[in-house]
Amino acid sequence: MTTTDGGRAFVFGDNVDTDTLAPGLYMKRPIEEMASHCLEALDPTFAKTVRPGDIVVGGENFGMGSSREQAAMALRHLGVAAVVAKSFAGLFFRNALNLGLVALVCPAADRIRPGDRLSVDAEAGRITNLTTGETYACEPIPPHLVEMIRDGGLLPHLKKKLKKKSV
Amino acid sequence: MGMTLAEKIIARAAGRSEVRPGEIVTCKVDLAMMHDSGGPRRVAPMLEWLGAKVWDPSRVVVIADHYVPAIDADSAAILNLTRKWVKSAGIESFYDMQGICHVVLPERGHVRPGLFAVGGDSHSPTAGAFGCFMFGIGATEMAGVLVTGEIWVKVPETHLVRWHGRLRHGVVAKDMMLKMCRDIGLSTVRYGVVQYTGDAIAALPMAERMVLTNMAAELGAQTGLIEPDDVTVQTLRDIGVDAPDALSWKSDADARYVRTWTFDADTLEPQIAAPHSPENSAPAADYEGVAIDQCYIGACTGAKLSDLHMAAEVLRGRKVASTTRLLVAPASTRITAQAAADSTLATLTEAGAILLPSGCGACAGLGAGLLAEKEVCLSSTARNFKGRMGAHSALVYLGSPYTVAASAVTGRITDPRVILAERAAA
Ligand code: SF4
Repeated sequence: MTTTDGGRAFVFGDNVDTDTLAPGLYMKRPIEEMASHCLEALDPTFAKTVRPGDIVVGGENFGMGSSREQAAMALRHLGVAAVVAKSFAGLFFRNALNLGLVALVCPAADRIRPGDRLSVDAEAGRITNLTTGETYACEPIPPHLVEMIRDGGLLPHLKKKLKKKSV
Repeated sequence: MGMTLAEKIIARAAGRSEVRPGEIVTCKVDLAMMHDSGGPRRVAPMLEWLGAKVWDPSRVVVIADHYVPAIDADSAAILNLTRKWVKSAGIESFYDMQGICHVVLPERGHVRPGLFAVGGDSHSPTAGAFGCFMFGIGATEMAGVLVTGEIWVKVPETHLVRWHGRLRHGVVAKDMMLKMCRDIGLSTVRYGVVQYTGDAIAALPMAERMVLTNMAAELGAQTGLIEPDDVTVQTLRDIGVDAPDALSWKSDADARYVRTWTFDADTLEPQIAAPHSPENSAPAADYEGVAIDQCYIGACTGAKLSDLHMAAEVLRGRKVASTTRLLVAPASTRITAQAAADSTLATLTEAGAILLPSGCGACAGLGAGLLAEKEVCLSSTARNFKGRMGAHSALVYLGSPYTVAASAVTGRITDPRVILAERAAA
């Protein structure tokens, strides 16, 4: 399962929080509007310049804070193909995978520079930096979740299971 | 080898005699709590799409606290949808504008030791003060729980955090917490469990214990726990909850902890977390003199009855400085009633405090009390992330209700012990 091939890296630091990913001021608004403010406190141009297939790279504890899954949803809405970080806040990690947004724990995430072109193979747990030629190992996605991610997230996965049951 | 309290609760919910950290198990959910922001408005369309119903309405509690009372047509619509959905889903435990979910849930008797519970909010670990394993989940995962009654967990490792000694007058659980945010850091625990123990914890009343489990979320923990003891039993009795097995929910003597942390309550001073992270904390004295535009006492973390008592102790016979404003949003309507009955509210309003509705309000940037560009706020809430309480350039400092009240009197960040000592000398 190659997640993206040649997506550009947008690099952020440690402790990127959910209020930055999904600001409270826009919580009542539709996801399109919320997404246009995603990460603006750290990089006001991010939502405008990110393109489908690009990758968000973080340091430690990416997605700390709230349970609001709009944090992951906003990234997905913008077409972000994967989030790669040294570590994730547990709640964000669950939310991202449930929404079908690939989240990969990569100890070497700090080697990635802004604008690097990356190829990400989520199932193999491998990132190739096409700009530098390096490859980085990631923690594989937990096996019990691989099928859910293949199905596109928790809801489509559940729907499939419910259908099977009723047949 | 024995199990920790967290492992015991997970094993019980998974129908297993034993679990070990790192194992992935599926647990039956005893209790699922949602609020108006992440609840019905998000999960209702998902359940509809799935063509599924709530597995057991008697295990679901819904609390409208984030958008209350409505401040515009959007929030009114969210509340309207919440009320209608609760009825159609047959959920009887619905608290509409009664206060903040993490405070209302135990207050109305839904929390017991040994329960395995999920909440659609990151501060769900608050219930851990009662020995209940409760953690936050997002709306999609909540939809999954509502349909199946189950959820997977990777059994977390437990960190033991031991507090020795006795807190000095004017130093409280919030100060312990801000100190831990600095010393343990926000990314060390990595979704483990934080279990608080020691004589300083045993001496804390339930409302103070709830500050520690509430802000386990800030430490990056999946949840925080305190073993039930006499204080737990008495609190449950006062609420009217029957929990005969309360004291049996304890870690085994030979349970394994991934790490033990030790802190000293005797020497702890009031703490302040500077913008924009709870980890950015230091003794209040280090920030003394920082001018404050707004003092806020609110949230599930810092507006329980004991918090209002702290504020009143400082403010009795004093006035809020003309250069600042003090906003107080009691955490629940029940707390408001108690504070009215014991004249705490009168003390606060006589000092010049402005009373706000019981709800999340300014804490999450949703209600009254937001900040303008570059304004400075000192708040008894849990988080001071950039832009959370209003404008991006606003600066939010965190402190205990004592420290917020003392700073309201001077208009500048002030160690509350200075004012409390004046009182003792007078
Ligand atoms: S008061 Fe603040 S921290 Fe508590 S539940 Fe509401 S928004 Fe979250």
